[in-house]
Formats: sequence, structure tokens, C-alpha cells
Amino acid sequence: MVKFLIHRLYISVLVAITVSVIAFALLRLSGDLAAELAGEDASEEEITVVAKQYGLDRPMYIQYFDWAGNALQGDLGRSLFTNEPVAEMIFERIGVTLKLAFYSIVIGLVMAIPLGVLAAVKPNTWIDRMSLGLAVFGQAIPNFFFALLLILVFGVQLRWLPISGNDTLAHFIMPAFTLGMGVMPQFMRLTRTGMLDVLGSDFIRTARAKGLNPMRVLFKHALRNAILPIVSLMAVVLGFLLGGTVILESIFALNGVGFLAFESITRQDFPVVQSIVFLLSLAYIILTLLSDLINAQLDPRIRLG
Amino acid sequence: MSSNTVLEVENLSVDITVPAGTLHAVTDLSLTVDKGETLCIVGESGCGKSITSLAIMNLLPGKATKTANKLSLEGTDLLSISEKEFANLRGDRIGMIFQDPMTSLNPVFRIGDQLEEVYIEHGKGGRKEARERAEFLLEKVGIVAPRERLSQYPHQLSGGLRQRMMIAMTLMCDPTLIIADEPTTALDVTMQAQTLNLLRSLQKEFNAGLILITHDLGVVARMADRVMVMYAGRAVETGTAVEVFDQPNHPYTQGLINCIPVPGRNEPGSKLGSIRGIVPALVGDLDGCMFRNRCDFVSDDCRGGDIELKEISPGRAYRCLLNPEESARNLTAESAA
Repeated sequence: MVKFLIHRLYISVLVAITVSVIAFALLRLSGDLAAELAGEDASEEEITVVAKQYGLDRPMYIQYFDWAGNALQGDLGRSLFTNEPVAEMIFERIGVTLKLAFYSIVIGLVMAIPLGVLAAVKPNTWIDRMSLGLAVFGQAIPNFFFALLLILVFGVQLRWLPISGNDTLAHFIMPAFTLGMGVMPQFMRLTRTGMLDVLGSDFIRTARAKGLNPMRVLFKHALRNAILPIVSLMAVVLGFLLGGTVILESIFALNGVGFLAFESITRQDFPVVQSIVFLLSLAYIILTLLSDLINAQLDPRIRLG
Repeated sequence: MSSNTVLEVENLSVDITVPAGTLHAVTDLSLTVDKGETLCIVGESGCGKSITSLAIMNLLPGKATKTANKLSLEGTDLLSISEKEFANLRGDRIGMIFQDPMTSLNPVFRIGDQLEEVYIEHGKGGRKEARERAEFLLEKVGIVAPRERLSQYPHQLSGGLRQRMMIAMTLMCDPTLIIADEPTTALDVTMQAQTLNLLRSLQKEFNAGLILITHDLGVVARMADRVMVMYAGRAVETGTAVEVFDQPNHPYTQGLINCIPVPGRNEPGSKLGSIRGIVPALVGDLDGCMFRNRCDFVSDDCRGGDIELKEISPGRAYRCLLNPEESARNLTAESAA
């Protein structure tokens, strides 16, 4: 297990370094940052001044090491727009995004796993078809449209739930349900396929031949085997939820990281954009590492094999 | 029935619904197993031997239905109890060993957990007693350092060891009946012999009835007290191992025995015996002798009607229109050929 952990950590650090280089380079390859900052009508001299001011005239690798060195000490630079430290700007907003991502994935899983198990236990019955229908619905309906429907019904007509802001738990219900509905189908289909596969296996027949309680067979012997790919998918989906909620954060006026990224892109606030891209990638890497470790804990063949 | 009888099955039939109609997987099968006795069910793939065992265990897939006049385990009527009550018997009074030990154990749980689970689930005792029982049985199946083995996972053990674990698991609750479905088919030859010897000695020691399902006549010769040869879902010949091997009456049994290469009888380089043709499809209405298209002694009478299992002495029967003298003559003619 320790060997496994060290190996995975080592790979994760390598990936993080690679990603930071790419995040750094992409922004600079997307155009002349100094020219963009100076404005459309700027003269050559003005652009040179801007470049000097922000250190953009230095060779790219020096700029990178400068940035990376500061980043390692928690200094991500300052926003070009508000002059606030970027780390602080992100830190203020990350809570909202984390909460939304967490609630969404919980809602998604709470719907997906029981439905997926039921569908696998009774394949090709009405319950299987119903859950398939729900999955198609969740996958097909655009997030923003579903969000607007919810706002219309529960916010405007029934007035049960607040439609904007992030002050209370109630504010998160609609956005989290919207996102949960969006991520539910993949989890449900994966649960169904995995369970169908496992339920046909020899060791499940053994468990039945041992006279175990059917619930124990299903939720201990079968699900433990079928859950492995779901854990891996969770890492991917959580990463997506951390970065891909821009539209929903705008609709529900949730002041999260996605919203900040969106604003910063439109304002050409490159230190912020670069930091967000890097931090999200870092989150992906950490989540993947975590899911690998959880899977190793769940499956001895990964841990000891 | 004697007081020694563990399992009694009368007129068991299993039908499976398939797209083409109804498949008669098992037809009109009767058998008994006594304490400490080994009944070998032998036949080729698809003859219904595994389905028979699953029917006895009430583990048939949803598309299969079973009917029987009698199915009783030590006086318990297995036909009238609920699936829940049946589950209480499985693993407790009936144990089952499956073919492939590499896939029959759950890969994500420790061997110990999987063994102890049966014991605890059937209310035999707590975790501590279960652990003691598991260690005791692991020693019984010849495993050194049982304590360490119990904390290992299936993938850390070889096929032979895993099958011993399966045998130990089956014995956890001291069952009266053990069903072993091709328990050595997936093992290499040296492990086969060891595993069979182990199974035999433990079955005698625990005084359990054993139904051993196999396609291997070598296994039958080594293990069986009594034999039931199955073909196309029916019993075609039953008797003690000695009777069936010495004086097979059914042309199918004769054919099977004839397929075994015997040093001395088969010249080096000569062709081995075989039974021509293939197994008939079992879908739809079945009539006459199922073996007729592959039989060398077929007559017009074989093509229709119900061919009954003829009992020639208690426990000795065969399903063929030929009388014993005729089939004995065929046997000598065949081996001479």
C-alpha cells in the first residue's frame, strides 16, 4: 500500500508540473498579452511599457519560474482588474463552488445508485425502462433550460425556494438538483452495467448458494465490486463540477469560482484565469489520486497485485 | 426410503423458456442419495446435469421452471417451503462447490470473511466461533498456516488452494448434502487427484451425501458409489459404479466407456472411440429415444412413444428398448470391432 501510494504521488506531482506549464504557456500562446492589455489603439511604445511593467518582456521560462516560485508560496499574483491578490479572490469564492459540487454529486448519486441497482436486478422491466427514460431526460435537457424551468415553477409560481444568491442551504437546492440531474445518468448507467456484469458472475452464485440474505448478496457482494468504476467516474465528475458550473452560477447568481473565471476571461484578467485553470487542474489531479486510493482500498487486487 | 436417505428426488423436470419455445432441460429425473454415499451424475455438456443441481438448490435462473413429485432433504419437503426458508437451508444443510475456483470466490473480500460469513449468517455462532471453525476446517483440507491464509484475498491463492477453500466453506455448517459441480475440471491433473481424494475423505468423515457432477468417467471410477448417466435431460442408466462400468446396458453408456483410451486395448496410433453425431435440440415436444440418431442399434420402435427407465434390479435401471442380453451382445461385438 505504501509503495502504491508513493508511486501514485510521484505520478501526480509530474502531472501537476506538466499541467502548470501548459496552463502557463496556453495563455501566452493565445496572443500577445501586452498588446491586449494595452488596448486596441496602443502604440508600439505603450505596448513595450506594459510588457515591461508586467514582466512580459522577459523570456518565457523565466516568467514561468517566477510565477511557479511565487505560486508555491501561495502567491498567485494580483488581479489586473481589481488589484486584489488572486489567491484571496479565489479563496473567497471556492466555498460556494465546493458546496455546489458536493451537493450536486450527492444528489446525483442518491438518485443514480438505487435506480441503477434496481434496473440491474430487474433488467428489461418497467423499472429498468423508467430509469432509462429518466437518464435520457437528464442527459438530453440542457442545464440552463432545466434550471429556468425549476426557477419558473418553484421560485416564481410556488415561491418555495430562493432563486438567487448563496446565503442559505435553500439557495443551493435548485442549482444542485439541476446539476445532480445532469450527472445522474452516467452514474446510473454505469451502476446498471456494472451490477448486471457482477450479478452474472460465479461468486454471486456462490454467495446465493451459501444461503446469504438477498440484500447482503446485492449490496455487499455485488455492489462492492460494481462500485469501483463509479469511484473513478466520481473524480472526473467532481472535477467537471468544480470548473464547469459557470452557466449555473450565473443563472442563480452564485458567487463561485466558475463565475469568477467567466468574468476574468471577459476582462482579460490573465493572472486570475491562469490561476483558476491551474487550480482546477490541480483539483482534478488530487481527485484522481483520491479515487485511485479509494479503489485500492476497495479492491485488494489493485493494492496487493 | 431408509433412515439413511439424505435426498430424494422424484420425477424432476425443468423447462426453460427460450425464444424458440420451451427447452426441456431435465425430464422426469429421479434420484436418491444416502448419508456418506457418493452419487456421480455423468454426461456431456448440456445434458442437464448442472441444471439438476441448480434445481435441487432452488437456484435456477428466472426463465426456468421446475416441477417434481417429490423433492425432500432428510424429510423436509423442499417443494412446499418458501425461497426464504430455502435460503436458510443453502449453505447450512446443503453445500455446493462450483467448477471454477478462480471466479467462485469474491475477489474483494478476505478468504476468512467469506468462510465465516456462512457460519454467522446461519446463526451457528459469533465471529470468534466462526474463526475457530474456519481454522479447524482449513487444517482439515490440508492447508498449512490457516491463520495467515484466512487473512489473504482470493487472488493471492492458487487454483488448487482456492478449491480447498471452497470445500472448507461448504463444510462450515456441517451440511448433510454436498453438491459438487465439476469441482476439478478447472484444475490441473495433479491437483485434480488431490482434490478428489480430499473431497472423498472429508465426505466420509462428515458423513454427508455427495452428488458429484462430472463429464469425466475417470472421476466416476475413482469416486462413485452409484452412477447416473444423463443424456438429453434424462437419466439413461443408473447403477452402482461396478455395475455400470462392467456391464453398461445403454448404448450411450457403452459408447462413453468405449471412448476411454485403454493401454493395451487401443493400439498406438489407432483412432480413439467416438460417438457419432451431435446432441439433439431439446426445444419443443420430444418423443421417442433421444439417442436414436446416434445409436448403432436403432430400430423403428425407438422413433416414437415414451421409452421408460427399465429397472432390472433395485437401483439398477436403463432407458432403452434393447433387453439386457441384447445389449450385452452388442457390447462384446463393439469391443471386438
